[in-house]
Amino acid sequence: MALSNETIQNNLIEKFGDQVLNFSTASGILSFESSKEINLKVLQYLYEEPSLAFTFLTDLCGVNYPDNLGAELVVVYHLHNFSENIRLRYSVSTSINETAVFTASKLFESANWMERETYDFFGINFIGHPNLKRILNVDEMDYFPLRKEYPLEDQTRIDKDDEMFGRG
Amino acid sequence: MRPVRFNLNPKEAEISEAISMGKAPDGVPGDGFFATQLSSVVGLARKNSLWPLPFATSCCGIEFMATMASHYDLSRFGSERVGFSPRQCDLLMVMGTIAKKMAPVLRQVYLQMAEPRWVIAVGACASSGGIFDTYSVLQGIDQVIPVDVYVPGCPPRPEAIIDGFMKIQDLVGQESIRRRNSEKYRDLLNSYGIQ
Repeated sequence: MALSNETIQNNLIEKFGDQVLNFSTASGILSFESSKEINLKVLQYLYEEPSLAFTFLTDLCGVNYPDNLGAELVVVYHLHNFSENIRLRYSVSTSINETAVFTASKLFESANWMERETYDFFGINFIGHPNLKRILNVDEMDYFPLRKEYPLEDQTRIDKDDEMFGRG
Repeated sequence: MRPVRFNLNPKEAEISEAISMGKAPDGVPGDGFFATQLSSVVGLARKNSLWPLPFATSCCGIEFMATMASHYDLSRFGSERVGFSPRQCDLLMVMGTIAKKMAPVLRQVYLQMAEPRWVIAVGACASSGGIFDTYSVLQGIDQVIPVDVYVPGCPPRPEAIIDGFMKIQDLVGQESIRRRNSEKYRDLLNSYGIQ
């Protein structure tokens, strides 16, 4: 039986009820959200339920929506079912003041690297991660550069004409 | 000239056209001797046998490969021997974007070079960060090591790199042999936290 987006959606609603919400389809890929408290339950169910079998974490990343008060930061999981070749987008959001999210690195080994990267750029504190420290930026960096509150340009530079470099 | 089968108008090789001699420094020539300043002789020797250390991280490095290859041929300037050990080299050629995470590496390579040492920053990124005005890129290598010559361009053509190299040769040829022991030079290095 081919797995369709509707089957996945009905299966999830049957299991989690109104805790999973905002189902939508973009480019043929099903997306949905839940509260951050149950992210591991949802991921584990998607992994272990034989009819779903989303056993591969393609990507894990962060997004910052500064105007979304109380849910400024979003963690996005991209999952893949190899046997049916179906992909899935799952996201949880968190406040920028309280960025704790449970780590998925116990479930997917690949989450280890990607959660470090997401911490590095967005400062999301993955609870239970074995080695949560900066991975791509310099260790001395004291902020999270992909948050929208920080300008992209290097602020230590004084010899450039600000008008010409978007800092005017 | 080696014989070429299809050369219709063979040309006799003229060796003097192919070799250029370094100009002798000012001095007093005599019968069997030549009197001049020591620093001129040392400068003459140094400038015509510079050993470059390429530190190539991006597209400027590709231009440097063209500069070293037969068409532009940097070895005409006496730098036939490109060294890949900083301890043996005189001239650090930094070509390409230096990320902030690479900066300590570049600095260590510079520290491993023996005096006298020169640095040339090739291209916009090495000189000023270039278009990468961003949190992850070093805004010019002169933030971590002293630079002698900057070559502008994005990337500069091999002619520009050769021009910068010749500027380095001028600096090397005119440098006093006491410069590296001077107070001013020590202050320069101290301003970079070296020594």
